[in-house]
Amino acid sequence: MLNTLALIFIVIGLFFMIVGAIGLIRFPDFYTRVHATGKCDTLGEGMMLFGIILYEGMNLISVKILLLVIFIFVTSPTAVHAILNVAYTHGVEPWKKGDERR
Amino acid sequence: MIDIFHASVIILILTVFICLYRVLAGPGWENRLIAVNTIGTKTIVVLVLVGLIYERPLFLDISIAYAMINFISTLAIAKYLRRGCVC
Repeated sequence: MLNTLALIFIVIGLFFMIVGAIGLIRFPDFYTRVHATGKCDTLGEGMMLFGIILYEGMNLISVKILLLVIFIFVTSPTAVHAILNVAYTHGVEPWKKGDERR
Repeated sequence: MIDIFHASVIILILTVFICLYRVLAGPGWENRLIAVNTIGTKTIVVLVLVGLIYERPLFLDISIAYAMINFISTLAIAKYLRRGCVC
């Protein structure tokens, strides 16, 4: 039962990882790429590690992975926001409808 | 279940190669920086999965240290680009 639940979580996490990587290539602008990768990577990574926690059970390894999940849920959006803020300060223009891809 | 972990590692490495295209061809420094940050996040999951496959819990500590180094290096690069020095 727990193994099936862990499998479902790991497959959903892999789906979000692949969607984030495809969005990094296909979107037309810097800000839309940040939107794709910043959310999909945080969610996919958290779901995959949560599936691994369900597969392992209660021991020291699960506690370490739980600390890793909490750490990444705090730090990954912070790092993405820092890069986005610097790019906005340097004057990267947003993409409007009708412009060409950059 | 170990086969699922093997397949997950292979798929994650393929997505890392997809992101590596954006590092090589992206216009400007901002696209390259966001792609490198994404590759770092995927590498953490690969390290945890490799530690589970070969049954060595030491890889978990390595992945926690890698997460910290990834975060601090991204913030240092952002601060350098904003002010011109890391201070």
